[in-house]
Amino acid sequence: MTASLTLVVLMAVLFGAGITIMLERSLTRVLIGFLLVGNAVNILIFLMSGAPGLAPLLSDGVTADEISDPVPQAFVLTAIVINLGITAFMLALIYRSWWLARLGEKGDLVDDEDDLEEEVEEAEGLIRSSAADDLAIQELIDASDEEFEQSPERPDEEVRP
Amino acid sequence: MLFSLVVFGALSLLTPLLTRLIGRRVFLVIALLPAAVFGWLLTLLPEIVAGGVVTERVEWIQALDVSLAFRLDGLALLLSLVVTGVGALVLAYCTWYFRDDEPALGRFAALLLAFAGVMLGLVTSDDVYVMFMFWEATSVLSYLLIGHYTGRRESRGAALQALTVTTFGGLAMLVGLVLLTVEGGTTSIAELVANPVTGVVGEWGIALVLIGAISKSALVPFNFWLPAAMAAPTPVSAYLHAAAMVKAGVYLVARLAPGYADLEVWHPIVIALGGLTMLVGGWRALRQYDLKLLLAHGTVSQLGFLVLVTGFGTRDAALAGVALLTAHALFKSALFLVVGIVDHAAGTRDWRKLSGLGRRMPVVATIGFVAAASMAGVPPLLGFVAKEGVFTSLLEAGTATADGGPAAGWGWLALVLAFLGSVLTVAYSVRFVWGAFWTRPNCAPTPLHREPAMVAASPAVLAAASLVAAFTIPFIEPLYTSYADELPGPEEYHLALWHGLEPALWLSLAVFALGALLVWGRAKVARMQASLPPLIDSGRGYLGVVSAIDRFAAAVTTAIQYRGLAGYLGMIVLVFIGGLGVSALVNTAWPGSVRLWDYPAQPFLALVMGIAAIAAAVVKQRMTAVLLVSVTGYGLVLIFGMSGAPDLALTQALVETIVLVVFVLVMRRLPKQIATTHPPVHRFGRALIGALAGTVMGVIGFIALGARTAPDIVDGLAERALEAHGTNIVNVMLVDLRAWDTLGEISVLVAVATGVASLIFISGRTGGAPRLDERPNRRNRLRPVPETASSIGGARPRLADVEGESDAAAEAAATRQTWLLAGRTLSPRRRSILIEVLVRLLFHPAIVVSVFLLFVGHNAPGGGFAGGLLAGLALVARYLAGGRFELGEAAPIDAGHLLGTGLLLAAGTATSSLFFGLAVFESSWFETEVPLLGTISIGTSTLFDIGVYLVVVGLVLDILRSLGAEVDRQQEENELEQNGAETEVRA
Repeated sequence: MTASLTLVVLMAVLFGAGITIMLERSLTRVLIGFLLVGNAVNILIFLMSGAPGLAPLLSDGVTADEISDPVPQAFVLTAIVINLGITAFMLALIYRSWWLARLGEKGDLVDDEDDLEEEVEEAEGLIRSSAADDLAIQELIDASDEEFEQSPERPDEEVRP
Repeated sequence: MLFSLVVFGALSLLTPLLTRLIGRRVFLVIALLPAAVFGWLLTLLPEIVAGGVVTERVEWIQALDVSLAFRLDGLALLLSLVVTGVGALVLAYCTWYFRDDEPALGRFAALLLAFAGVMLGLVTSDDVYVMFMFWEATSVLSYLLIGHYTGRRESRGAALQALTVTTFGGLAMLVGLVLLTVEGGTTSIAELVANPVTGVVGEWGIALVLIGAISKSALVPFNFWLPAAMAAPTPVSAYLHAAAMVKAGVYLVARLAPGYADLEVWHPIVIALGGLTMLVGGWRALRQYDLKLLLAHGTVSQLGFLVLVTGFGTRDAALAGVALLTAHALFKSALFLVVGIVDHAAGTRDWRKLSGLGRRMPVVATIGFVAAASMAGVPPLLGFVAKEGVFTSLLEAGTATADGGPAAGWGWLALVLAFLGSVLTVAYSVRFVWGAFWTRPNCAPTPLHREPAMVAASPAVLAAASLVAAFTIPFIEPLYTSYADELPGPEEYHLALWHGLEPALWLSLAVFALGALLVWGRAKVARMQASLPPLIDSGRGYLGVVSAIDRFAAAVTTAIQYRGLAGYLGMIVLVFIGGLGVSALVNTAWPGSVRLWDYPAQPFLALVMGIAAIAAAVVKQRMTAVLLVSVTGYGLVLIFGMSGAPDLALTQALVETIVLVVFVLVMRRLPKQIATTHPPVHRFGRALIGALAGTVMGVIGFIALGARTAPDIVDGLAERALEAHGTNIVNVMLVDLRAWDTLGEISVLVAVATGVASLIFISGRTGGAPRLDERPNRRNRLRPVPETASSIGGARPRLADVEGESDAAAEAAATRQTWLLAGRTLSPRRRSILIEVLVRLLFHPAIVVSVFLLFVGHNAPGGGFAGGLLAGLALVARYLAGGRFELGEAAPIDAGHLLGTGLLLAAGTATSSLFFGLAVFESSWFETEVPLLGTISIGTSTLFDIGVYLVVVGLVLDILRSLGAEVDRQQEENELEQNGAETEVRA
């Protein structure tokens, strides 16, 4: 199958620009990048129809050989509508995080300054907590081991059954 | 078999309810079930002893050859009798052990009963995978039962240790079982034993299965979890960790021994680890203060002993092994139950605080004495009978040289280990009896609570059975031999209390003598024990391993998911570039021919879109970036339109417009500049990652085009579409041929709409957009007060000014001709009469067109998605022109109702065909001649498309209602508060 090089390059540019934007800290920028990547992927799927033909409408004596491949079109159509939904959802997330945090100028930024430290601390806490459970039972078992210093009087021999 | 398992399951489910009704007496009721099964199994005894086998089989997963197959032979029957018999007694014991106010008693009873059923399934199933399922279920139930006291740290730690260790072993076992069944070509355990898998696969398979067995039976190096499991209530220890669950490993060894005992990996694992475990457990038991832990370490020791003997691989050893298994189940569960009574009566299990219990609890002391004597192998008890058998059979194996049996060396080694282990067993048995019941001269008698007499019934029965079985051993033996005879060896030896003065008896006497020596010299022994480093301390090893894994996981996580979302995304993209980039480099399938463009306009279009995309990455202003992205979106519309995809062009145009509006709605509340402080990845690095990702993606797209060799997918679709009464193939695919996809998609839309609404509305998401008569500060519907101007108009007027001004404005508004219903709620400064007129004129035609698009979609561009989006866009226009109350007046309906109705309609048409004997989504049509319009064909797919339409309208409405109207309201509220605060300050 032949490819339209123009569309491949366009897709690559949109994808690259989208990824570049998505790597920023602002959630709004992430969403803008997401939209670009979404458009790029739609082009990629659409590319798979190969050479464009007539619209896939079977009226007026149009035959199956003359039309564009409708399968990618069906995929892209659902993708477009889902994109709308996800965009709205992310916007709601952005608004919500801003509203809750009331951070003003930095409202839609994802926290990352203290992330590393916080995450390390959190992991440490989890490890400590699970280790504490294990240690608790280990101590209980060790406590039952006889130490010579505390050894009580010898048992009588006649005890032996 | 299957029937009793089902009853076990059903009764377990009912047990919590029953417990609520009758309290702890529920244990007596549920004990009847294992007791009944025990009785039923006894009726099968004659048939099995005569060499018969009871089987049951229900096909289950035929593709994998897995069936619910059950098989009762001698070994399975013996284990089943132990499981149900001890199970019934332990359950009955619980009646008096617990009090009614014990927390989570219903859960406990249900789990214990379910465990009995699962264990029964484990020992009777003949399919390896069904057996494995039960195997894992016992691990889970054991976890839940050990963790019964959820509030205690040690309980949780012990439960998790047991689960981790046994499921680790179970995983190894599963791999082993897969190896064996694939190589052996059957999933039946009986067949796998009858026709053993040999060679490398057999060795590896068995080694892995044995890892499962020794982890379950707490052999070295997994021996640490069993003492820890003593954090469970005592009945659990008696049943799971003495009589039943830990025997699963022994059972598996016994089950496989007839087929696999002569493999090379078998004896090193079974005899070396079994013997080592016996010594380590006994050694550790000898230094315990806590009676329960003494028994636990003793159990570890005995389990090693059992594995050693049952796995030895001769007929006589197997005979002695199953006898020992029975003896152990009887005496060890009795001992645990006795410790439970002592614990409750004295309030402690530490024998340093116990004194004089023997005199004051003579019955309990007698039971404990008898059971401990059986453990030590004292005549005339079952423990003695079994141990005599062990010594004889191992001596036999050691002296027999060219018998074809296992090498003599293993026989001598096993004998020495068993002998030394037995000496330790005698010593710690004495320690137990002496510690629990003796009167210590320098210790005041321990104060005791009175315990109900019946609590001693179960251990009494178990201890008595140890005694009775020893005398009735000739009657019991046929059950044992029906299994043992499967193994090689002369069928001469019989179990008996008295064999005459033979070597085994002298060995037993030597064991007692050395045991007495240990007891006599126990001060020295204790000093030695304390001074020696722990022999095998795998408990600490486990802690080290687990903590190392935790730390490694934390380190990896913090290394990969560092610096928040952006850093993590970057890591994902880098992996994507690396992985797919490498695959692209080694690719060979490039497209045969390359076309530069499809039509001359394409490169210009692409250039504009590309520049817009790159510009979007560079600009600082958020709104500009959004508009630039829209350029690429509208560019797509043109590309779709010019490449034969009118449906896509239509949908993309509508969606792009709505996205733009929604973006603006939210952006007006957020700061204009994009903050760029401290970017996690440097600007250059970001651009580099983006460029690489784009390049990889482009190459992949190029390769994908070249890789496609199959004929067009369009083949045959045209005919299908015509069959489905439609000429627009894309729409027919959406609503008919691939309707499942679409149903999934609109479900996502419903979820998204709900998510958007619940994120914005603080409490309660139902209801429509606000109506005029719901306005909070209305004075008069005919003379409403205009809303204050928003911050768009620069400096906000003060509240007093607004009030003064508003009356005049309201007068003006009331006298003016209203084009939109809620137009008068807006401040005159925000109103545009031109827009109001346009919207007024266009709204209803737009709705009509949207319905038209919906219905022509099957044969022309359009359909539910496009129609719904157009209707949504009409609502957007009403909202933009008239504000939030206008939206409520334009669509006076709950968005949730639209979504629900749409989804219901779509799902309803999908399933309604079932009522007519058709498949899900199979379409049917109703055709009729309509004057003027010609032939109209209404199919179920049309109804489905109406559902799609409603869902899309509902989605847009929910978005507007939330991100538009509700955001407006919150902003107004906010401003009112601020103004109020200012006024107060001034006052």
